[in-house]
Amino acid sequence: MNSILTALKRFYRWFFFRARGDSPFKRLLIHLGLIVACIIAVYPVLRVVTISLRPNDTLLTTSLRIIPENATLDNYKEVLFGAPEKNRKSDFFLWLWNSLSIVMVTSIASVTLAATSAYAFSRFRFPGRNAGLIFLFTTQMIPAGMLLLPLFIMLAKLQMINTSLGLIIAYSVSSVPLTIWTLKGYYDTIPVDLEEAALIDGASRLRTFIQIILPLSSPALAIAFLFSFMGGWSEYLVARVVLQKNEMYTWPLGIFTYAQQFTVAWGKFAAASVLIAIPVMALFLYSSKWLISGLTLGSVKG
Amino acid sequence: MLPFFIQKGTGAMEEKNGLRRFLPTFLWLAAGTAVIWGLIRLIAPYSAGITLTQKIIVARITEVGGFLIALLVGLAAIEVFVYQIFFRGPRDLTTGMIVRGVQGLFGLILLLSVIAFFDLTDLIRLGDGPLAAAIRFPLNLPATLQRALINASIVPKSSAGLWSGLLMVLIVGTLLAVVQVLTRPRSTKLGLAYLLVTPAFIGIFFLILYPFAFEVKLAFSNASLGTQATKNASYGLIYGWQNLVTLFTGNVAKEAKFFEVLGRTVLWTVINVTFHVTGGMVLALMLNRPMRLRGLYRTLLVFPWAIPTTIAAMAFRNEFDSRYGFFNIILRNLQGWFADVASHTGSWLVIGDAFNWLAQNIGPVSWKQDPFWAFVSVLIVNIWLGIPFMMVIILGGLQSISHEYYEAAEIDGASAWQSFWNITVPLLRPVLTPAIILGVVWTFNKFDVIYLVTQGGPQEKTDILVSSMYKAAFQFYRYGFTAMFALVIFLILFIFTLVFLRVSGGLKSATE
Repeated sequence: MNSILTALKRFYRWFFFRARGDSPFKRLLIHLGLIVACIIAVYPVLRVVTISLRPNDTLLTTSLRIIPENATLDNYKEVLFGAPEKNRKSDFFLWLWNSLSIVMVTSIASVTLAATSAYAFSRFRFPGRNAGLIFLFTTQMIPAGMLLLPLFIMLAKLQMINTSLGLIIAYSVSSVPLTIWTLKGYYDTIPVDLEEAALIDGASRLRTFIQIILPLSSPALAIAFLFSFMGGWSEYLVARVVLQKNEMYTWPLGIFTYAQQFTVAWGKFAAASVLIAIPVMALFLYSSKWLISGLTLGSVKG
Repeated sequence: MLPFFIQKGTGAMEEKNGLRRFLPTFLWLAAGTAVIWGLIRLIAPYSAGITLTQKIIVARITEVGGFLIALLVGLAAIEVFVYQIFFRGPRDLTTGMIVRGVQGLFGLILLLSVIAFFDLTDLIRLGDGPLAAAIRFPLNLPATLQRALINASIVPKSSAGLWSGLLMVLIVGTLLAVVQVLTRPRSTKLGLAYLLVTPAFIGIFFLILYPFAFEVKLAFSNASLGTQATKNASYGLIYGWQNLVTLFTGNVAKEAKFFEVLGRTVLWTVINVTFHVTGGMVLALMLNRPMRLRGLYRTLLVFPWAIPTTIAAMAFRNEFDSRYGFFNIILRNLQGWFADVASHTGSWLVIGDAFNWLAQNIGPVSWKQDPFWAFVSVLIVNIWLGIPFMMVIILGGLQSISHEYYEAAEIDGASAWQSFWNITVPLLRPVLTPAIILGVVWTFNKFDVIYLVTQGGPQEKTDILVSSMYKAAFQFYRYGFTAMFALVIFLILFIFTLVFLRVSGGLKSATE
């Protein structure tokens, strides 16, 4: 009895450490509130995992258990490697490869286009600068779907429908201005003194940019890259318009074909989702600190 | 441990020799290669069931790699061209004439290429005259070159593209080298700025300005599936007027009317942003204190933002199934429980009635057939998805507010409510205002959730403006109409943003 009491006391002290200010009751309420919020945030994600583990014959059940009865990895196996014995092939890796190649090239292209101009916007006062910045700001107001129609017709004329290049161009529309905007926010935070010192020492402006600013902003470039990567990685609507052939599908289009056939492929959809979401979420949570600082510095600057 | 690209070079690192300096990079590369190799070895035994083959991978790498190299080389050429204009002056009169001549030629070729590109994509029509052929010449040059090379059987057909590309690079490179040799450096003040802006300008010109111009032209046309998009379309003010009239009086997608959809869009935006901001604010206020498990809560709460939207939306779509989705399972269980309690407490006056009432009124809902509940379902998904972003933004803002303000307020006897409204809210404004503007604009435009969860159904009762526009374009192929529709939506947003920015003074901070 006594030991339980001491344990409780210890737990209490551990839990409510630095308990000045708020009363223990208020703290308990806050913890409860946060726990409920966490459950709401996480439960739908867990449900996807649950469904992916269900064996095919009990896919449709009203059970709310988190780990289903007779949990199996069959869905994963079929999503990844198909079922050659039933003559069903898996497109999973094909979709991933399509997505990966398209989004990588988009990100590289937009960071390349944006890296230098963001510096000009940040450091130089040249005629046309304000107009350019307001224009960039306005581009963030343009609905993603708005320029899709002219782009679609343009790509059709260039015979780029159903090609990865077509989608790369379509994604760059939103990715390039956003990247410029983010990078400009970063360059603004690098002190000008550094460059001025170099300029006084006789370095040219171009050399300052290449030897001082670019190395200093490599984290920013990485974040801008991540941003545009995340933007394109799980995009569905534009991809649906540009890619219409099955073998060109990116993964969002691909797993939507699973999601459409509700009863047949719910488990496969869930398994594919888990396989894709885990690395993405891990990357996101790992880099969230930088992503968030990028957001607050770049697009959401006060 | 940070990845190599995040690490900043320090003075100590500069002094190390090359091997030591690049060792982390090598290690990361080696680790990456090892992981990929391991994965390939793991997957290889199952290759019979996989449609991705080595051939596809190689073909794609050549395609996108070629694109990237062409893009970089093209940009480099243009950059050198711009650099020579600003930073190099001719040595004397004769060389000056040559240099200006070459540069003029180069500029002319660029200009003609752009015009020919407009013609190619149907923004303007050049027709078939000799002038048109001359304008098209530069853009067709690579293809012509390629054909000539093949016909003269100098290079095999398979690598003709590569060779003609190399030849083009050689020609352009020679021209630029000639200019370089014949000039001497001169200094300019703003040259570098324009030099740096050029790549982005080119990108934005082709990706935004040009499609926008195209859209305006399309808005004044009758382009549709029947006219084969722009091929047989006619243009004129009258078509623009017709599109506008249809927009405001006719059906925007199939049966929905403009003002009905506009009203729903406003409702969608207001409800979403309100919930995002209040939800994010409540969570951020709860998190903004020293406490145990804070990091864990934060990580878990960011989950809806971290999960790819597409996956979340599609997963929710299944959860709104009337029988097997968890919303209805929970509602059904609740109903059963209420009925159970009511049957035991039936004799107690108020409580029994209350539970009876609950059991009758709470129960499974037809999320997919009932327009109201369908709208609620998309709202639930979008609110769930959007709260973490606001939470993180607000939390960042809260952490920058000094504690002293609150202590002073406490000494003065302010209540928690008072210090919230008089300290927290005003000091959060610089963070909150742009976040809300962007939130409104994003939500207004965000229809992937709607499209993936309900596809606008039932009977287009959950469509918002942007999703109606998407449908009009890509399900009903009303191109001219859609372009006008898009312009109207853009105008609405533009006016909103201008008004909001004027009110909050945010435009100044945008250009600072």
